[in-house]
Amino acid sequence: MSEPVVSEAATQNKFRRALKGVDLRQNGIFLALIALVVFFAVTTPNAASITPDNFSNLVVQNGYILVLAIGMVMVIIAGHIDLSVGSLAAFIGAVAGIFVVRPLEQEGWGWLPQMPWWLGIIAAIGVGALVGMWQGYWVAYIGIPAFIVTLAGMLLFRGMALMTLQNTNIGPFDTGFRAIGNGFLDRDNALGNAIGLPDLNATALVVTAVGILAFLYTQFSTRRGRIKYQQPVEPRTWFFVKLAALCAMMAYVGIQLSRANGIPFTLILLVILIVAYSIVMKSTTWGRHIYAIGGNLNAAILSGINVRKVNFWLFVNMGSLAALSGILITARMNSAVPKAGDGFELDAISSVFIGGAAVTGGVGTVVGSMIGGMIQGVLANGMNLLSVGIDKQMAIKGLILLFAVAFDVWSKKRK
Amino acid sequence: MTNYILEMRSITKRFPGVLALDNVTMHVERGEIHAICGENGAGKSTLMKVLSGVWPAGSYEGEIVYEGEVLSFKNIRESEEKGIVIIHQELALSPYMSIAENIFLGNEVKGRTGLIDWNETDKEAALLMARVGLKEKPNTRIMDIGVGKQQLVEIAKALSKRVKLLILDEPTAALNDEDSEHLLALLRHLKQQGITCIMISHKLNEIASIADTTTIIRDGRTIESLDMSDGNVDQERIIKGMVGRDMTHRFPAHASHIGEEILRVENWTAHHPNDHTRVVVDKVNITARKGEIVGLAGIMGAGRTEFARSLFGHSWGTNISGKVYINGKEANVGTISNAIRSGLAYATEDRKRFGLNLLEDVKRNISLASLQDFVKHGLVDDNEEYRIASEYRTSMNIKSPSVLSITGQLSGGNQQKVVLSKWINVKPEVLILDEPTRGIDVGAKYEIYQIIQRLADEGKAIIVISSELPELLGICDRIYAIAEGRITGEATREEATPELLMTYMTQEKGKH
Repeated sequence: MSEPVVSEAATQNKFRRALKGVDLRQNGIFLALIALVVFFAVTTPNAASITPDNFSNLVVQNGYILVLAIGMVMVIIAGHIDLSVGSLAAFIGAVAGIFVVRPLEQEGWGWLPQMPWWLGIIAAIGVGALVGMWQGYWVAYIGIPAFIVTLAGMLLFRGMALMTLQNTNIGPFDTGFRAIGNGFLDRDNALGNAIGLPDLNATALVVTAVGILAFLYTQFSTRRGRIKYQQPVEPRTWFFVKLAALCAMMAYVGIQLSRANGIPFTLILLVILIVAYSIVMKSTTWGRHIYAIGGNLNAAILSGINVRKVNFWLFVNMGSLAALSGILITARMNSAVPKAGDGFELDAISSVFIGGAAVTGGVGTVVGSMIGGMIQGVLANGMNLLSVGIDKQMAIKGLILLFAVAFDVWSKKRK
Repeated sequence: MTNYILEMRSITKRFPGVLALDNVTMHVERGEIHAICGENGAGKSTLMKVLSGVWPAGSYEGEIVYEGEVLSFKNIRESEEKGIVIIHQELALSPYMSIAENIFLGNEVKGRTGLIDWNETDKEAALLMARVGLKEKPNTRIMDIGVGKQQLVEIAKALSKRVKLLILDEPTAALNDEDSEHLLALLRHLKQQGITCIMISHKLNEIASIADTTTIIRDGRTIESLDMSDGNVDQERIIKGMVGRDMTHRFPAHASHIGEEILRVENWTAHHPNDHTRVVVDKVNITARKGEIVGLAGIMGAGRTEFARSLFGHSWGTNISGKVYINGKEANVGTISNAIRSGLAYATEDRKRFGLNLLEDVKRNISLASLQDFVKHGLVDDNEEYRIASEYRTSMNIKSPSVLSITGQLSGGNQQKVVLSKWINVKPEVLILDEPTRGIDVGAKYEIYQIIQRLADEGKAIIVISSELPELLGICDRIYAIAEGRITGEATREEATPELLMTYMTQEKGKH
């Protein structure tokens, strides 16, 4: 008679043990994103939020914020902030316009040779890096708080964008340039047509499959390495459940994208950046020094870290990423406009904090910030589909930021 | 029947996975000074947090009876209304506000209009300051007075709340001898005025001199209450209770194997960073040999830390001059990374502010100063980092669930072991330890001494800076005394006595 009771208790115990090694806080925000996607899938008419085209849009519309958020989370982990990125993106958009389109030759830019689009992009990112050096110099070597330096930069670069554009727009850009913001990998589905799959973008499916395999490979080899070194790992069951769920999601996104125009170049760019910067933050000395500076500046100095150098390159990096973001915006709009990127710095900062970074520095992850950015993106997109007015959208966005951070504070206190 | 102001009956407090207090019972008599002793992590602070309402009623088991009634505080304010005031180790004063403003912070003197009556505030503050013997103007800013006086402001603040039971957590930890004496005298004086005092302290000589009763806590349990009034209880007796074993030897025995000279510092001079003409380190000459533990004794402000930090990559001071030789070759110590490369390491006196990233795990703190050594193909090898850190965790006996535990959650002694591991891992020739056992309990101190001796035996030169003379006398092979930035004397282990060192340490300029 007593047997079932015992086994029930045992299952419960097992379940609790299975959950023991799981970081609930880290996973919680991801679950919130999933819940949001499901919510809009149910509430939007005809499940408009999960149609292939909308998926595609979601990525392309949020790409430039996510690029900014990658740089921003690093800046925030080190204990700084950057308010200038929106203005800088506009300025770089203008610069790219001058480099590639040059409609203002008569206004004194005639000496500058017109560049092919790819060289224009590289040169514009170079200008972004130079601007980053300017800000980094003031923050790192003169010791002015980043809040002040970048607040000044916010005005300065907006002004420079206006001056460069002379109050007009520059455009249109050629196809190569526009592709980075609007283009898709194998949009015409040459591969699909060749193998008899005209309705599904075969390249997208192949890339997704390769991506999933690469993901699985790194996950397994990391786990194997950790076990070899007797590092604690997530419980086996949880590990497999998590991998299966993540792969299913990736497959779902890939299939949805293949039913639309294929994989946007923006997404490819983003995935590369996210992977690369996650590695930078976890496994390079520079990344680890950024955490150390934000966690305890004095201890970092006394451990022999060249704090000035780390901070300087942090802003150079932010400048380059802001430039890339500016190019994405310009490419997507097919026009460099003075008002571009207005308020984007705040979206990027919100993404970082929703993604679990600490206001005091020392804590945060690239992936967390990406999820934070996606939460905002999905929310905005879903509300648009539900025809929620812009007034209500803003209010809701504000509350989400507040509650996300409040939840973070609350969960830390409970600990 | 004895007149108890406070009885704590069977207090049990649990944190997830930890039993912080286990059935603690203690009685405090009205008008006595009651000392609480115990190793770090024994549960002293938790007990005081329960008493003062930081942990509200219901979050613990057992009862607190105060003035004959059972208490159930929801927060600190309620306990303060009953006259129970706690003064924490880290003082809770606002540096930019005046003494008077701080005394009445949160308890402002209001006139009939509801606005703050500043005249009355200053008058009241002056009276309270007189009671605690603080000779300053009420409108002096907190940042302009020393730690000793700040402590007095805290007590004046407590008096303003009509305190009946004053709880002090390590009140003299940051004070010099003179300020400590003054504070203890004040506590005796308050006792005469009928204020009961509970004092948590690691300084056993102070406890022996001031306490009427000493309660010893170990592993979350009350071990015993000792009546101190008859003078039969000495420091060794208290230590025995705290560590649960007879510790006649507070310092591990050690035979040094001293080799050739590793470090030679010549005419080292450094000036104050804000006042480029003020000499703080004045032509210091010292040497240290392989396997030698060298002490640097000096009262607070003598320039010990300033010397060490200016030597370690010029991390303190301006206009630094002098020569450093390591293994006979002149070393460039102009930046911290160069100093580390030359073979120097410096573990700071203030672990939390200067030594550790409390947000990060043990592993990342240990690897921070030697991160480059873990780089393989341009990336930090996380597994290797884990392995090395785990080795230190075992060899240094760092008590944490794993090296992935957050450093901020460890006790002081274990944090200090993390700091030591970090610096040992840069594989230095010379290791400078600034107050390596400050704020650490007796048991962990013993372990730290053993680690220091082991490092010396491995052939490193160790320089120990300490305010505690017995510590220097107990572990050093040779001791330098420093006063007003100058080396005023040197004594070998055999020659050194507290009296001799004290004479050197108090030598003033031009009077030797």
